[in-house]
Amino acid sequence: MATILEMRHIYKQFPGVLANADVCLQVEAGEVHTLLGENGAGKSTLMNVLCGLYKPTSGEILIEGKPVRFNSAKDSMAIGIGMVHQHFMLIPTMTVVENCLIGSHDAGGMKLDLKTAAQKISALAKEYSMELDPYKKIGDLAVGERQRVEIIKALFRGARILILDEPTAVLTPQETHELFNMVHSLTDKGFTVLFISHKLNEVKEISNRVTVLRLGRTCGTYNIADCSVNDLARLMVGREVSFSIDRRQQEQGAPVLQIEDLTLGQKDSEVKTLNHVNLTVHGGEILGIAGVDGNGQSELVECLTGLRRASEGKALYKGKDLLKCSTREIMSHGVSHIPQDRQRTGLVMPMPLRENFILQDYYTEEFGKGGFIDWKYVDAYSDRLIRDFGVKTPGRFELAQNLSGGNQQKVIVAREISRKPELLIAMHPTRGLDVGAIEYIHKNIMDQRDSGIGVLLVSTELEEVLKLSDRVAVMYEGEIMGIVKPSETTVEEMGLMMGGMPLEKIRGGGENV
Amino acid sequence: MAFFDSLGGYINTDISLATPILLAGLGLLIINRAGLLNIGAEGTMLIATIMAVYGSYISGSVWVGLIFAMVSGAAVGALFALLTVTLRANQTVVGAAINVLGSGLSATLFRIMFGVSSEVPAIDVFRVWKIPGLSAIPVIGEGLFSHMPMVYIAFLLVPVMSYFLFKTQAGLNLRSVGENPKVADTLGINVYRTQYIAAIVGSMIIALGGAFMSTGLTKFFSEEMVSGRGYIALAAVVFGRYKPSGIMGAAMVFMAGIVIANILMAQGAGIPYQFLNMIPYVLTVIALAAFAHSAVAPAALGKPYKRG
Repeated sequence: MATILEMRHIYKQFPGVLANADVCLQVEAGEVHTLLGENGAGKSTLMNVLCGLYKPTSGEILIEGKPVRFNSAKDSMAIGIGMVHQHFMLIPTMTVVENCLIGSHDAGGMKLDLKTAAQKISALAKEYSMELDPYKKIGDLAVGERQRVEIIKALFRGARILILDEPTAVLTPQETHELFNMVHSLTDKGFTVLFISHKLNEVKEISNRVTVLRLGRTCGTYNIADCSVNDLARLMVGREVSFSIDRRQQEQGAPVLQIEDLTLGQKDSEVKTLNHVNLTVHGGEILGIAGVDGNGQSELVECLTGLRRASEGKALYKGKDLLKCSTREIMSHGVSHIPQDRQRTGLVMPMPLRENFILQDYYTEEFGKGGFIDWKYVDAYSDRLIRDFGVKTPGRFELAQNLSGGNQQKVIVAREISRKPELLIAMHPTRGLDVGAIEYIHKNIMDQRDSGIGVLLVSTELEEVLKLSDRVAVMYEGEIMGIVKPSETTVEEMGLMMGGMPLEKIRGGGENV
Repeated sequence: MAFFDSLGGYINTDISLATPILLAGLGLLIINRAGLLNIGAEGTMLIATIMAVYGSYISGSVWVGLIFAMVSGAAVGALFALLTVTLRANQTVVGAAINVLGSGLSATLFRIMFGVSSEVPAIDVFRVWKIPGLSAIPVIGEGLFSHMPMVYIAFLLVPVMSYFLFKTQAGLNLRSVGENPKVADTLGINVYRTQYIAAIVGSMIIALGGAFMSTGLTKFFSEEMVSGRGYIALAAVVFGRYKPSGIMGAAMVFMAGIVIANILMAQGAGIPYQFLNMIPYVLTVIALAAFAHSAVAPAALGKPYKRG
């Protein structure tokens, strides 16, 4: 096969960060080439350079052997590079065809030819056997459909090399399967696909070759046939990674949290954000909540932590109804919360670590008297947490914003676990972290479970939920589709539930047919 | 019936009074659709009022005055774009500054150009141009077809602007910048250039509204003569749901308040005139309070865009 794209010795310097250093990439026509790397390895930067959004500090790009220079996305599009961004680049208030036409003739005030464009879009959609109404508003489409619009948009603009940036992050396993089918039919027709991911199983499944990026540098290109998933992990992280976790067998304890008919939404409205959610968390167990992002998980956690008022239902914890308590009441009775967004709601970024450590309990007797904080004690306390939880930092006076994501998350975990909770609510505790930090956080959560605490774990990473949880509930559009034990379910079954099929239907249907 | 006899006159007054607000609203619409929140229409219009008078005074032609006003509008628009797009200053603060600047600058320019005298120089102003034939139709002829040229221009701009925004490539590009500049950027649109052009062209149209006030509705400049119409135009854009035809309707509804006040005053309803003069402003407040929450503003309105 002929080389269609080559990037040579790409450097990209941001203020204070060298995001790409001497990156080389060589892609052949008609292959699925994966760019594999951890968060912050420089994958997205490299792709933004390739599609003309960033200018490289140095290095050159060759298309079919000819050097090219991109001043804007228009130049790279003109040469046939189309990118499907991780966060969709679509305008929800506009129709499919309008979205495809934005910027297509930048020159002047020519009349929009919506009709011809719509026909072209329909034809493209048909070619890849998908349903798509070109006059539908993006806002009315489901996430999977929006992604298809993005791909069609790139093809419509004449892309021959298609970049898919973490395309499966928002998809159910079934939708991922459909996407992969489409990728195959694209490469069959001679298109080249650059796939970006850190999900190793998917990389193994879809790619022909893989180029690994680590800390902004390339560490080689490999034929996927020669690599196992463990090889890929080692290449990506730079050391051996353990994928299993020790799980102590223990009896399910007494119920810690009983959620009954928790409902959120307008009384008369059909659509409810949360619809009669019933869940029980026992002591010494991790109850996982899986589901695609935006199916009511955030709202559930916000209701349980007093950040949002539920419309109906109860959440009994130590004889109290959490839904009627203020956040401070809830937190002061032994509930700890690892919030979903560490930078926005987990930490106060411009404050030093020692202040972040006592955000929850600064007013208690432990940390001061008569309205004055006992800083001597706080300092000793902070130093102990930094040491015990292995937070990498120059010291307790360092501002939270200067820590890496993994260390920021360790600060939150340290704060919440040191409060000696009886119920731990953790949401996306490892989102965006590298493999090493994930291992550490997982171990801490597991230790809490082993010591008899009830844990409610919300995550969109299916692997994480299945690995840690004793039981898993799947949420879809605010309803619980079913509760299963990880050992007694399959990824297919989980995927169907994540796509909105209740468990009894899946299992019942299977027996009857 | 006396009311029916004067109906044509009422319509005529409403349309004339709505014209500056319509022009300012259409100018603001272009700027808003590009994602820029400009509350400086009042100041832009004030500077245009004196520039139009000056241009007309030194040249003897009101059309030269109009060009002077547009140049001043372009300058204000370029300043706004420089501060908010290139330097990413807070758009509301810059808009407020333009209003203060317009108020002070227009008064100062007036004194420099005409000195401090009570004598009002005669300048060329817009004259009513009756459309032959159509203006002879009873009621409608007087109401719709006996206006100054600027009025026709302003109302013709409504379909032109609709066509531009919703039927042309450039209009789609402009709207995409206002909805999500990052999307526009990934599709090869020069976001900053689009915003500059929108700020400059939009401010020129706003300036037309100011010029019409001092060389059409009245025959000379007086301090603070825009008296809040720049703000009413802001409200008209929201009330008009960010659409040209909506803005036209909003401008006419707001100014109908003045017509109603005139009618009530003429009939001697016994209400102090100060209360009657409040009507258009009260209508504006009510319309905003009632409809602002359901308006569909461009998603990126007021948020500065920074390229990666």
